[in-house]
Amino acid sequence: MTFYGYRRPDGRVGVRNRVLILPASVCATDTARIIAQQVEGAISFNNQQGCSQVAPDQQFTMDVMAGYAANPNIYGTVVVSLGCENCQMDLVVKAIEERTNKPLKQVIIQEVGGTLKAVEIAVRYAKEMVAEASMLQKEEFPLSELIVGTECGGSDPTSGLAANPAIGAMSDLVVQAGGTSILSETSEFIGAEHILARRAINKEVHDRIYEITSRFEAHFHAVGEDVRQGNPSPGNKAGGITTLEEKSLGCIHKGGHSPINAVYDYAKQVESKQGLVIMDTPGNDPASVAAMVAGGAQVIVFSSGRGSPVGHPIAPVVKVTGNKITFANMEDNIDFCAAPLIYGEKTVEQLGTDLLNMVVETACGKQTKAEALGFVETAIARICNYV
Amino acid sequence: MQNAMIIDPKDNVAVAIEPIAAGDTVTYLKEGKTVSLKATEDITIYHKLATRTIENGEPVVKYGEHIGVATEQIPEGAHVHVHNVESMKEDRRGME
Repeated sequence: MTFYGYRRPDGRVGVRNRVLILPASVCATDTARIIAQQVEGAISFNNQQGCSQVAPDQQFTMDVMAGYAANPNIYGTVVVSLGCENCQMDLVVKAIEERTNKPLKQVIIQEVGGTLKAVEIAVRYAKEMVAEASMLQKEEFPLSELIVGTECGGSDPTSGLAANPAIGAMSDLVVQAGGTSILSETSEFIGAEHILARRAINKEVHDRIYEITSRFEAHFHAVGEDVRQGNPSPGNKAGGITTLEEKSLGCIHKGGHSPINAVYDYAKQVESKQGLVIMDTPGNDPASVAAMVAGGAQVIVFSSGRGSPVGHPIAPVVKVTGNKITFANMEDNIDFCAAPLIYGEKTVEQLGTDLLNMVVETACGKQTKAEALGFVETAIARICNYV
Repeated sequence: MQNAMIIDPKDNVAVAIEPIAAGDTVTYLKEGKTVSLKATEDITIYHKLATRTIENGEPVVKYGEHIGVATEQIPEGAHVHVHNVESMKEDRRGME
C-alpha cells in the first residue's frame, strides 16, 4: 500500500504542503494570525506560552514550536517573535534547525518597527514560500513513511467497545506495513501500565512506561489527589466500568496488540519506521495532539463517543466514533463510524482495514471534516497541568 | 438479535449492547459464530455479564486482559460489576 505525499529536503514525507507562520510567544500571536490571513496556503495557531515560564514549561513550548516547524506537512516557516520574550528568536531558530533544514525566515516585531511593518515583511516572506511550495509535485511513498498519532477524547462506553479497538486494528496494520503509530495520554495508562509494560520490547522501554505513569501519579499526589482512589468515578461505574484497569484498557486499545518499541518525551521528534511507540502526553486532547504533531505525525486518528470537533492547523485529524447516535447527530464533525463492530455487522479487522483506507485517502489529500470546517485549535502542555 | 458483545475471544464477560432483563436470551458473536446464554438478572446497557461461571479469585477478562478478580463465584449470565469484582491492587512494578 502506498500514498502520495511531498518529499522534504530533510528526507521526511509530508501529506499537506502548508507554510507555517509561527508565533514565538503569546505576544506575537495576533500578528502571526494577521500575516496568515493575508496569504492563502499559510497557517498559524494561538500560542499562549513562550514567555514567563519555568524552565520545563518553556522546554515544552520550544519543543512544540520546533516540532511544528519540522513537521513534514509544513513546507517552510516564518517565525514571528515580539523580541523580548523568553523564547528568543535565536533559541527558536536553533531548535528548528536542530530538527530540519527546510526554508526558514524570521521577523522580530520590536526590531522592524511594530506590527504593520512586521506584517508587511512577513507576508512577503510567506507569499514567496507559498509560491515555491506550490511548485512541488506529489510522489508515491510506501506506508512505512507514515507516522500516525492516536488520541481519544469525549469518551463514552462505545469508545472502549468499538472506536478504540478499530483504531488499534488500524494501528497494527500501520505497524505491519513498517510505519510508526504513536499511543499517547499517559494519564489514561494508569491502572493498565503493567499491561502496556508487558508489551515493551526490552527492559528499558518497560521501565520507562512505569516511570512516566509514576511521574503522572506523583503530580496528582503533589496536589493531594489520588488517581486510584476516585477512579473509576461514580459516573464511570454507573456507565458500566468496574475497575481502573478496565477504564484504562479502553483507552490503550488504540495501540492495538503490537509490541511497544520506544517511549518518547513530550513533543520530541519521532523517527519513521519505528512501529508502535508511546509519547508521554497529558489527557488534555489539544495538548496531546500537539505533542504528536510536533513529534512528526502527519495524520491524527481521534476517537470520540460524545463527538469532539477538535482539529489541528498542521495535521489532518480523522474523527472516529463508536456511537451510532453521535455519528447521526454530529455527521458534520465525525469522519468514521465504528458502530458496526458493536452490532456484529463488521469485524474489528474489517473496520481496521476500512479505517486504514480512510487514513491513506486523508494522507493523499482528502479533507477531513475538521479541515473542511477550518478547525485549528491547539494547546501546549504545561508541567503543572496534569490535573 | 445480538444484544451483547465480546471484544476478544479470551473474554469471560460480555457487554450488553441493549438493555437485558432477567431471563432474556443473551446473544453475542465469538469468532464469527453466534453464542447464546440466559441472563440470570437485569443487565443495564454497557454493563457486563459472565459468559461462563467465574470462580472466586479468578481473573475477570475483558479486551483479552485481566480487569480485576472475582470476589465470589459469579454464575454464567450474572451481572459482573463492583459488587463481585475488585481491582488487582497489588503493585506489579518491577515484578515482571
